[in-house]
Amino acid sequence: MTLLKEFFLPRFVQWLVVIFIGVTVTFLIPRLSPVNPIDQAMTRLTSFQNRDPQATVALRESLQDLYGLNGNIFEQYINFWKRVLRGDLGPSFSSFPAKVSDLIGNSIAWTVGLLATSTILAWVLGIIFGSLAGYFPNRWWARLMESSVITVYPVPYYILSFVLLMAFTYYLPIFPLVGGGQGLPRLTLDYIGSVLFHSFLPAVSIIIGGVAFRFIVSKALTTSERSSDYVQYAEMAAIPKRKILISYIIRNTMLPQVTDLGLSLGTIFEGALITEVVFGYPGLGNTLYNAVNSSDYNLIMGITLLSIVGIATASLLVDLSYPLFDPRVRYR
Amino acid sequence: MLLTIRDLFRFSPAFRYGAIILALVFVLVGLSFFSPYEPDVNRAVPRNKPPSDVYVFGTNSNGQDVFWMLTFAVRNSLLVASLAVVIGRGIGVLLGMISGYLGGRVDRVLSSIVDSFIVMPRLPLLILIASILRGQMTMASLGVLLGLLDWAYPSKRYRAQILSLRERGFTDTAVFAGMGTLKIVVQEHLPFLIPFLLADMVSGFLFAIGFEITLSVLGLSDLSTQSIGTMIYWGNYYQALLSNRIWILAAPIGASIVIVVGFYLVSLGLSRYLDPRTRLLRLQVKTT
Repeated sequence: MTLLKEFFLPRFVQWLVVIFIGVTVTFLIPRLSPVNPIDQAMTRLTSFQNRDPQATVALRESLQDLYGLNGNIFEQYINFWKRVLRGDLGPSFSSFPAKVSDLIGNSIAWTVGLLATSTILAWVLGIIFGSLAGYFPNRWWARLMESSVITVYPVPYYILSFVLLMAFTYYLPIFPLVGGGQGLPRLTLDYIGSVLFHSFLPAVSIIIGGVAFRFIVSKALTTSERSSDYVQYAEMAAIPKRKILISYIIRNTMLPQVTDLGLSLGTIFEGALITEVVFGYPGLGNTLYNAVNSSDYNLIMGITLLSIVGIATASLLVDLSYPLFDPRVRYR
Repeated sequence: MLLTIRDLFRFSPAFRYGAIILALVFVLVGLSFFSPYEPDVNRAVPRNKPPSDVYVFGTNSNGQDVFWMLTFAVRNSLLVASLAVVIGRGIGVLLGMISGYLGGRVDRVLSSIVDSFIVMPRLPLLILIASILRGQMTMASLGVLLGLLDWAYPSKRYRAQILSLRERGFTDTAVFAGMGTLKIVVQEHLPFLIPFLLADMVSGFLFAIGFEITLSVLGLSDLSTQSIGTMIYWGNYYQALLSNRIWILAAPIGASIVIVVGFYLVSLGLSRYLDPRTRLLRLQVKTT
């Protein structure tokens, strides 16, 4: 019972606080702005096309309902919460009758598939290379890895992805230019193969950047761990270096690494904006980009809320999993 | 502080090269005050000319000289970033100090708010705010916005620092000697925070410059003012890539890489200096 009270409860309360603040901020932003988003959206929507008047009225009402501009601010706030809890985020502005939740639902699987795989791969590879280079800093391969990482790391991501795209679709046309897969989405080998083929370049671009960052972090952690007394003791006791590295050092550096992994898995839900735009990948980032281009606040708001919930939940899970990785946390 | 910077310059190659690169960037900023053209004048020079002796970085599709435009762009981008850094660090230091010194319930409430803001996803929030304010955004308000989104993590760090400083012996000595709290904070504790503040400012600059570019490329910032991001936006808008006018895009992208690398090297040097354990290790390596 004390475990529940002292361990789970505070973390769960923190999770609720994050979501509460996030939803409140998202609620307040359109209200604090000097611009009336409804008028703006209406002008934009009706300036270039003829709609039938009834649809316009319906749109206006739904906009008003969406921004909860019926009733005073307190009632609006309650209504906003009700809608968020029901998962009903209203219609999208740019593709009107379609629901925001449907649009998000269509693209989320693509993004999660691409980002979850490449984030985890980059994390594992980065830790392996980084801790090897941190533990044996004077070997030639460690120096080679470090200098190549230091050259790659500061290159902005949009340059890296663009260079990859030009190199492998234009100069050496190996990979397709845009898209997520070919043919009908079915569970056939052909279709799965084409999905993997299409997502190869975006994944590689994410993995390169991710490995470089993880390499730097885990090399720094390993370097400071290497100077600890217990490592020197273990070395004097002639424990094999491989064992020292794997079961002592890497295990001790795991805590911050797991935190980072959890948090970066949480950021998946905001999508990889630049990756998906550059490679024309049909995920959340691309949806967000299109929403920005067509000023679809509703959709942007939906993605914002989704990413707040995603990252709050990820950090809750990370917090709860600490004792599994580090016994020292259990006794706090 | 000056002594620290001098020593870093002498002994840390990363810091030295970073500082030289940043100095060059500031020279570029200084040149903007001697520009022969106003930043907003179109058709001051022939359009779409590749780089040559007269137009060092070429000219763009609006008839502006890319080199002189770049000086204005770098100046504005750095101004936005410094505004964001000042606001963000200001809030961070203040909150960190309050919750570190007061402790107790205030600390618990403030810490839980700070923890919530740390995990808050900033990019979607920023895009939401900017798209609602579209057309109304100025460079100054962009800087304020970036600052308001970037204070949580620094504040947590300062709180931890204050907590450890408060427990040190010299704090007790100062209290017993009858020094007021404000005097202890300003004279005794603030100097310890300065190196952290420096490292933090660098990461704040990287954050603000990156986000300014992202928002501008999406067309969500003040598009009538020159900045690194808006230069890229207008380059894309006039199809610089498709029509093979690479130089229009190369100048702002190159500038952003140079600035990022400069700040990154400086932060590398600073963080090595800040971590006492690796400093010891390096000394060992040197002696053996």
